[in-house]
Amino acid sequence: MASAAAAGTPPGPAAPKSRRSVTGTRRTVAALFLLPALVLLGALVVYPIGYSIIRSFYNASGDGFAGFDNYKALFTDDGIRTALKNNIIWVVFAPTVSTALGLVFAVLTERVRWGTAFKLVVFMPMAISMLAAGIIFRLVYDQDPDKGVANAVWVGVHDTFAQSSAFPKAHPGRESPLKPDQGGFLTTATVHTGQTVTLPLVGVAPDQMPDRAKKAVAAKPEPGRITGTTWQDFTRGKGVGKLGVPDPSELGYAGMRIEAVKDGKVVASTKAAGDGTFTLPATADGAQLRLPASNFREPYNGVDWLGPSLVTPAIIGSYVWMWAGFAMVLIAAGLAGVPRELLEAARVDGANEWQVFRRVTVPLLAPVLAVVTVTLMINVLKVFDLVYIIAPGSSQDDANVLALELYRKGFAESQPGIASAIAVFLLLLVIPVMLFNIRRLRREVRR
Amino acid sequence: MRGNSSTIRTNTAVTTVAALLAGALVLTACSSGDGKKGSGDTSGGATASGSGLTLPRLNGASLEVAAVWTGTEQKNFKKVLAEFEKRTGAKVTFVPAQDPIINFLGSKIAGGQPPDVALLPQPGAIKQAVDKKWAKPLGADALKELQKNYSPGWQDIGKVDGKQYGVYYKAANKSLIWYNAKAFENAGAKEPKTWQELLTTAQAVYDSGVTPFSVGGADGWTLTDWFENVYLSQAGPEKYDQLAQHKIKWTDPSVKQALTTLAQIWGKKDYVAGGADGALQTEFPNSVTQTFTGGDQPKAAMVYEGDFVQVNIGDTKAKVGTDAKVFPFPAVGSSAPVVSGGDAAVILKDSKAAQALATFLASPDAATIQAKLGGYLSPNKNVPDSAYPNPVQQKIAKALIASGDDFRFDMSDQAPQAFGGTPGKGEWKDLQDFLKNPKDVAGAQAKLEKDAAAAYGNGS
Repeated sequence: MASAAAAGTPPGPAAPKSRRSVTGTRRTVAALFLLPALVLLGALVVYPIGYSIIRSFYNASGDGFAGFDNYKALFTDDGIRTALKNNIIWVVFAPTVSTALGLVFAVLTERVRWGTAFKLVVFMPMAISMLAAGIIFRLVYDQDPDKGVANAVWVGVHDTFAQSSAFPKAHPGRESPLKPDQGGFLTTATVHTGQTVTLPLVGVAPDQMPDRAKKAVAAKPEPGRITGTTWQDFTRGKGVGKLGVPDPSELGYAGMRIEAVKDGKVVASTKAAGDGTFTLPATADGAQLRLPASNFREPYNGVDWLGPSLVTPAIIGSYVWMWAGFAMVLIAAGLAGVPRELLEAARVDGANEWQVFRRVTVPLLAPVLAVVTVTLMINVLKVFDLVYIIAPGSSQDDANVLALELYRKGFAESQPGIASAIAVFLLLLVIPVMLFNIRRLRREVRR
Repeated sequence: MRGNSSTIRTNTAVTTVAALLAGALVLTACSSGDGKKGSGDTSGGATASGSGLTLPRLNGASLEVAAVWTGTEQKNFKKVLAEFEKRTGAKVTFVPAQDPIINFLGSKIAGGQPPDVALLPQPGAIKQAVDKKWAKPLGADALKELQKNYSPGWQDIGKVDGKQYGVYYKAANKSLIWYNAKAFENAGAKEPKTWQELLTTAQAVYDSGVTPFSVGGADGWTLTDWFENVYLSQAGPEKYDQLAQHKIKWTDPSVKQALTTLAQIWGKKDYVAGGADGALQTEFPNSVTQTFTGGDQPKAAMVYEGDFVQVNIGDTKAKVGTDAKVFPFPAVGSSAPVVSGGDAAVILKDSKAAQALATFLASPDAATIQAKLGGYLSPNKNVPDSAYPNPVQQKIAKALIASGDDFRFDMSDQAPQAFGGTPGKGEWKDLQDFLKNPKDVAGAQAKLEKDAAAAYGNGS
């Protein structure tokens, strides 16, 4: 744009009698050739920018002058403030992480024999559109470990160390002799030797019942001991059946741990047999029976990747996945231009590989790294698609960025005034970065 | 809200059996239409049908009809238009539109080529079209047909400032709870009629080892629909209207009561599949499919939403009517709620042909054709139950018609879009936060009121 404008007004010819410029072209001819480009640029770039700026000073319906109200909204609206905060996080982390990873990949692939193949693989995500990448990562981060690969790995690792229990959703049914206690259940009454105790629960899915569970039987009283049954007091298709008594097809809670508690101390404990029966020694006389919480531990459900707190880092992760390859290719190109002699010289001087990388390679690559980071920064400021697609509706507000807020204000809430103000604001944010890039380029050319 | 209407539209894949059955019915319908046309020709100029519908001869006239329907739904509607062509001799072109249709029409009108008739999905859109002087009122013939076939309530929502503009051609019944028949059978649970019974049923299902409810909380509109049903039944239609127009505040005690009632399900541990966090990441289609997959151990036993749920059930192996059944949303207060939605035909370019089409769309003849094809519900009270292809559809249609004038239009559809129709904002977001933390009723009310005040205040 700048170059076109500069070329459009060439310095006036020195001799007034001749209407030819230094290069010998007539002005009209020059203008004629420039016209299509100027018209296109004007209609497609200058006019929209100008109109956005004007529009940003008008209210929602576009017929009343609003002054700076829309810009005030930029800094008072909660949604926009979150968007701004997230944009800062994005601009700081996404380009740096991508560039750092790209640098590592570039330096390492130089030394691998299959480097090109590796580069190809890392670069491949660039061939996918942002939208498709968004859909892929929406699935990767899915909460359900059966669908989301991130949680599948996480849960897999977690479960190798901590097993979930057999009866996660068991709970007391109606008129139960049990009450909730520290995540487990406790009998309301105390138990005595020679008595039988019933500990009925409901709510364990049939396919989650332990394999060795057998039909529950009522325990027989034994003198000097406490006996009892713990079982699923629920018959399929019939409801509880006879309340508090094992019906014919009801299953015992095989392996349920039972503790006898006296004054808060465990005095005896046992595990239920396949038919749900258990026996406790005489020491448990006068105690309350507890089914401790360890019986009911919920299966681990993995990390809430797309929940309010992790959603932005998660989306940045998907961005890095796409753009690290881009950074790598540019840096690798820069690396090819680094004079080998310097590296050799450093090595001859006794520098180890880390020192060579840190003191020689990185400083030599600094201009390339700066260009890559700045390019990615511009790219990140306008990030929209990934956020729009990956964040589920419930956490879209927490993942919000300016470009998304612009879209929502402009097209979903019919607030084109505020949307234009956001657009102008984004433009202002991009300008310094762009200037930096242009000046770099100029210096490069001069060199 | 845009969410669910687009779901209805985008994938209207009816289950194969229903489609086959419907196909057979269509053939008979068409052939009988042919016969009528023949008799109409002889009786000089006008076509009469069994229901006494008279349409003028319109040879040479051509019409454009715009609607956002796609796929099967569009195909089925075209069959209705074909019948109109056959009866009148006019040529009708279907113009596929995009959501939001009001913006689509705006650009068409700016371009000087509005369609003759458009199907608008919300009462707000009709009002907008009238305010912008796009819509033309219905003529005498269309009015007569409308009054004959529609209850006053359905006529009124097509009116703006006392003048009739819209003909509600298609309706949605959003007061339905779909359930996995197998899970209910295993639990020994019965279809509930009241909220209390619903809680008992849920407990029975829970006791059998299945999570009672599946909630598609990632889409905010499913949550607003939940709320609307509870509120309509509990607080009554008058309060519902007042809240919809923001004449009473969201901090009203009636809202508190409704949210507290909702929390009896949303807030109870293990009542919602995946817990609150899981539900908030479950999109609507998934909330349906997870209820009807997994054999006799589905992720949940019940899922609430409108008649369009059957479209998503079509994606599973479950069969509507045997594996997947439905009961009307139970009464929370004195009577069961009927929350609905619908598409109204509005004339944008007044002509004899456009008026005739509006008349035709208001007649049971048109509705019956599409009803037979499935996936469609008509608010026309003179459409026979037998027109619907299966018992489930008949039940849904019956519930809708039986509500008479006590049905109410989706509240979030009536609200400004910033409040009732934007993902992650306004009512959607506030109810999502409430689902996450159902204990904080007062906090949810305060947030709803704050967002509502901002959205209604803007007058957008």
